[in-house]
This record gives sequence, structure tokens and C-alpha cells, in this order.
Amino acid sequence: MGAGISYSRVGTMKSNLWNRKHLLSMRDIGRGEILSILETAASFREVNHRDIKKVPTLRGKTIINLFYENSTRTRTSFELAGKRMSADVINMSVASSSVKKGETLIDTLATLQAMNPDVVVVRHSESGAQEFLARNLNAAIINAGDGRHAHPTQALLDILTIHDHLPIMGREDFQGLKVAICGDVLHSRVARSNAQGLATMGAEVRFVGPPTLIPAKVEEAFNVKVYHQMDEGIQGVDVVMMLRLQQERMAKAYIPSIREYFHYWGLTRKRLALAADTAIVMHPGPMNRGVEIASEVADDLERSVILEQVANGLAIRMAVLYRLCTPQSRS
Amino acid sequence: MEMGQCLLIKGGRVVDPANNLDETADVLIADGVIVQVGRPEVPGNCRIIHADGLVVAPGLVDMHVHLREPGYEYKGTIASGTRSAAAGGVTSVAAMPNTRPVTDDPSVVGHVLDKARVGGVVNVYPIGAITKGLLGVELSEFGLMLEAGCVAFSDDGATVADTGVMRRALEYARGFGALIIQHAEDPSLVSGGCMNEGVTSSRLGLPGIPVESESIMVDRDIRLVQLTGGRYHVAHLSAAGALEAVAGAQAKGLPVTCEVAPHHFSLTDEAVNGYDTYAKMAPPLRSEHDRNALLEGLARGIVSAIATDHAPHDEESKKVEFCCAANGVVGLETLLPISLELVSGGVVTLSQCLALMTCKPARLLGINRGVLTPGFPADLVLFDMMEAWQIDSGKFHGSARNTPFNGRKVRGRVKKTLVAGKIVFEEGQ
Repeated sequence: MGAGISYSRVGTMKSNLWNRKHLLSMRDIGRGEILSILETAASFREVNHRDIKKVPTLRGKTIINLFYENSTRTRTSFELAGKRMSADVINMSVASSSVKKGETLIDTLATLQAMNPDVVVVRHSESGAQEFLARNLNAAIINAGDGRHAHPTQALLDILTIHDHLPIMGREDFQGLKVAICGDVLHSRVARSNAQGLATMGAEVRFVGPPTLIPAKVEEAFNVKVYHQMDEGIQGVDVVMMLRLQQERMAKAYIPSIREYFHYWGLTRKRLALAADTAIVMHPGPMNRGVEIASEVADDLERSVILEQVANGLAIRMAVLYRLCTPQSRS
Repeated sequence: MEMGQCLLIKGGRVVDPANNLDETADVLIADGVIVQVGRPEVPGNCRIIHADGLVVAPGLVDMHVHLREPGYEYKGTIASGTRSAAAGGVTSVAAMPNTRPVTDDPSVVGHVLDKARVGGVVNVYPIGAITKGLLGVELSEFGLMLEAGCVAFSDDGATVADTGVMRRALEYARGFGALIIQHAEDPSLVSGGCMNEGVTSSRLGLPGIPVESESIMVDRDIRLVQLTGGRYHVAHLSAAGALEAVAGAQAKGLPVTCEVAPHHFSLTDEAVNGYDTYAKMAPPLRSEHDRNALLEGLARGIVSAIATDHAPHDEESKKVEFCCAANGVVGLETLLPISLELVSGGVVTLSQCLALMTCKPARLLGINRGVLTPGFPADLVLFDMMEAWQIDSGKFHGSARNTPFNGRKVRGRVKKTLVAGKIVFEEGQ
């Protein structure tokens, strides 16, 4: 793995296929565009392993991280990605959205826009907030997660991580690759963006979880197969992607207890044995050990690629920032 | 007949569903009252309005409108709402009580009527709250509010969710022959949802509202009608299941009726794509299956009225994240052309279509409007049924712009609107 990796084996090399102002969701991002980002990310990876982890690529560019939701990893990842490319990065955490009193979302962004940043990275608790901003303002926007809707850089970093492991699985490309996305799909933007991105790459996506945590008419909405029995759902899959279960889901009667949830949908070593021998285990983090994933699986470096996801996240965000900050890099 | 108070609408296609009339005729008006429809003898100095090529119909009656006054004047006023109505050919509106203060007291009813007399350009009929403060706990004073001028009762915007309270409301209203209008959504199924639950909500990651939230409430209420004998009307019915329940109740002879809104029979939840807050209202836009059921309900005569649920909003309430945006769309100025799509689409005849917006809702509310019978107030709309135009919310006559129909190509344009023989709207004026 590393900078020298070839992307031509998963598709025609089209390094300049990216021509977007924003990155809002995975919905209509094409295969060529995804490959183009993977390739750019791969070329940035090496920077993160240097002694001096900085390149001048985005010198003089300004990136604002505008976060309406608590986030440590995603914000840090974007911040570091910008800084390692020499951009000026500003972090803004806003406690409340327009739901509560205070400045409206659009006014906040208009104020930031007036300072002429090259890109604004936005995380927001409401689905569609970034699309709303992109429609009403001029700034280039990267969606760092909106409600239950989308988290495109997470999907891209997951696709990159799976891509790295294709040779071990004995695969040439994503065609026919089986991916089980398990747990609280209903509330998950990670599940939605991955389902779209992985389907675009040719993978076969399954959603696995209790009926109360699977969105309505999801087969039609996302071209996925739905399984309510975990054992059946992960049978023979190449990738098991676990989702975080928010502990407060019991309050609204989605599940009866953590104990029961873990019993039926938690990923244990025994259960993982049902997946393909070469199957990898992923998790977008933060993990709840003993809720959706057992420590014996999370810490098994033979199977768990969770920390690789974090490393790839940095490379993907560098690639996305690079493409959005430098219009000349677009085709 | 005195000079100057006589008016002849000449040569139009007069469609008066209540009187089974659809023919070229003249309408003679004197002192604001219909005198004769047909070929009346006309006094020499009668003012003549030529209506060749136009449909002449009773002024439209919209039984579900939010005027926002008192309390939310920044969203709309009685003046701006009735101006909108006049521009849409609507001559009578029933005003929902979710104002501030709530219309749950005879004095507020009086206030609305006073304001309407001074600043309104069409007839305003207040609807009183079923429960005080719309809180769903204590009944409002139905009797005194009826005497003050209320035409029906509703907690619209909120649902009377408590089964016991709804039972008492229907029971108590029966004593006055009053109509109870329910906004039927089970709040525990709505539970934070902001659009219809289905493929689109799953894709957009928006919390969905299952269509059963409405059907369940209507099912329950119909059982209460069976128990109490109260007159029950479902506001803005949107669900196939609810329509079926209403049809079943009607077949049993129960006093159950319903209205549908133009947005529900002409759009589906796919209009929300792009997080368009102008496609957000309660109940939400539903699936194609539900939309088709509404069309069938209209064709089969199960639906008694087309009502807009006209809900003007200030821009700030809509220019926010989708889930934070206020519910509601304006509809008065698009009611006629959207409803005429039912005629061009072969769902109903022109006369049936107009009945749903004139005599039928008027009958439900017990008001002497929506007909061209001699002796009745001369409320009329003159429209060109075939004129093609494009809806442009920037040209609306009311204050709000929150319509999902902006840019839609439609047919049927209001040329003149008359209330009690007086022109209150004239195209291009």
C-alpha cells in the first residue's frame, strides 16, 4: 500500500475527472470521479509519513471548519489535512443551529463567506443543511456530515480502505464485492453515503439491523438488500461495516436494551466467522465497545481496519480539499 | 330598480352547480343580490360587464384558510389574505383559529369579523377552536362562539389527540348542529417527522411521518362519530387509508365529510427533493398511491370540498434548514388553475369541480354563498378557462410567496371577482 498504488486496475485512469464546486453527497458522484479522488488521496498519503509533514500545495488558501455538531475525529482530520497542505485553517464550533435562538445558519455562513474563504467544511445536525447553504450562497462547501443524510468524505475514505484490501480478498475490483452495513442504519449518514458510493463502484450492499432501525422502503431508495438477522446478513460478506448505536435509542422505543441489541446485532468473533475468511471489519467511530462491537473483534488487527480508516480519512480529506481549493486542478 | 346599483354580466358561460346550470346566460344583479340568471329584461341604465368567452361561476368558497391575524401579522393579515383570495376568485374564506390569541372566545371572533369588515375584501367566516388555546384539554364555548359568528370548530395545526376530549367535542357540538373539523395526525406517530415516510425521506435522511398517522386518527374519529352522532369533517385529507375510511363511514350514513388540498392531489413527496421548504406542510405531501386515491375520491364524490389550507409565512420561517422550517404553503391564488387540472385530466367535470369549491363547502359551513340563486348575495368569479399562464409567486397579490407551484404552467385565469355585486379584483388592475 502507499503512494505507488495503481488505480488503473479498478477502472480507467481519469485523474482529472473531478469538476465540482461542492462535495455535498455521494448521490450523483460517478465512478470516474471517485477513482479520481482515490488517486489524488493516494498521492498525498506519502506526505503523512514524512518526517516533515507539510507540503506547500495550498499555501495562501483559507479553509473554515464550521461545525454545528460535536466532532473530534472529523474536525481534526479536516484541520490536519488543510494544515499539512499549508492552508490557513480556522475552526468554528457553533453550539446551536437555527432551531434554537440566535443567528440563522445562512447569516453565519454569509458572514464567513464575506471573508472569502476558499472552502467551508460544514457539519450540521439537520439533513440538507449544506445543500440549503450551497443553493443560497457562493462559498464552496464540503459536507462533513448532515443529520442522517450524507457524509461523503467518510464514504470515500471507506472506499479507499476497502480498495486497499481488494488484493487480499483476491479481487480485482469492487464488482460483486459484498458489503454488510450493520446496526442503526436509520440514523446513519455513513450508511447512506456508503450505500450510494459502494453501489456506484459495483459492490453489493446489504443493510443489516432490527426493523426499527432500518429506514422505510430502503431497498427502493438505495438498491440494497435488507437483513434483520445478523447471522444471515453477514454470511459470506467481504466487508462488515459496523455503525455506532447511540445509547439513547432506547428512549424512543427503537430497541429494548443494549444487552438484547448486542446479543442479536453485536459483532463478535463467533459471528464474524460467518463472513468470508478474508473479510475486514470497519467502523466509522467512535466505537461503543460491547454495544455494537466486541473488543475481541475491534482489537483484532488481522480483521479490523478501523485505524487504517482514520489514516485514510486524512488522505481523502487532503485530496478533496485540494480539488475544491484549486479550481485549476479540476478538469 | 334604482340606477347605478344594477349590473348585468352578459354573454358568459354560466356554471352554477347548485342549480344544475351550465349554459350561456346573463346574470342580473341589483343591490348586490342575484336577481335573475338567463335572459333577463334589463333596465336601460344597467351597467354591463361583457363575459363572452368567460366562465361565470359563483365566487369560490375556501373553507380552510389561515389569515394569521391577530398575532402573526408579519406572516399575513386579514387584508392581505383576502386580497389574495379575491385575486384567486375566492369570495368567501373560513379562517382557522390558530392565531394569537387563539379564536377560542366570542370576543376574538368579534375582533376577526370587525377587522374583516374594515380591511377585508371578501367574506370572512371565523372557525372557532375546539379546545381552549388549542391545548386539547377543555372545550371552547361553542354556543357563544356560534352566536358571535363562527361557522365550525377546529384545532387545526394541532390534532385533538385525546380520545375522551374528542368524544365530548363531537357530542357537545351535536347539540348545536356544529361541524367539528379535525386536523387528523396522530402526534405520537408524527413524532419529529418533517415529511412523508417513504423512499424520498429515506434518501434525504429526513425523519418520516407514516401515512398511517392520519388514517389511524380518522379511523378512531369515525368510531367516535358512531358513538356520538356529531358532524365530523376531515381537514386536508391526504392518505389513501383515510379516504377509504371516510367512504366507508359515508356508506353507513354517518355524518362524515372531508376536504382535500390542491397540493395533495397534484404533488407527491418527491417535490421535497432538494430540501425545498416550500414543499413542507402538515400533513405532508404523500406518495403517488395516495395522490391517486385522492383523485379517485374526488371522482367518486367522497370528497366534499377542495380547500387550500392557505398558510402564508414570512420568508425567515422558510429560509432555514428543512426540519426547522415552518409548515404550510399559500394556495388561494393557485386554487382555481390547479383544480382545473382535474377537469382537463378527466377526473371531474367543470360543474363538479366548481361544486367542490362553491356550493358544497358553503353547505357544510351553513353559509348562504356559493350559488347563483336569485335572492342570494352576488358573489361571482369570471375566468377564462383556457388561458395558459405560468404561476409567478413574485406577482401574487398577498404578502407571502411560499408556494410549491412557482413556475408551473397552468390554464385558467381569473378575470374578475365580485363580492355582493362589487368588483373586488380585476385582472391587470
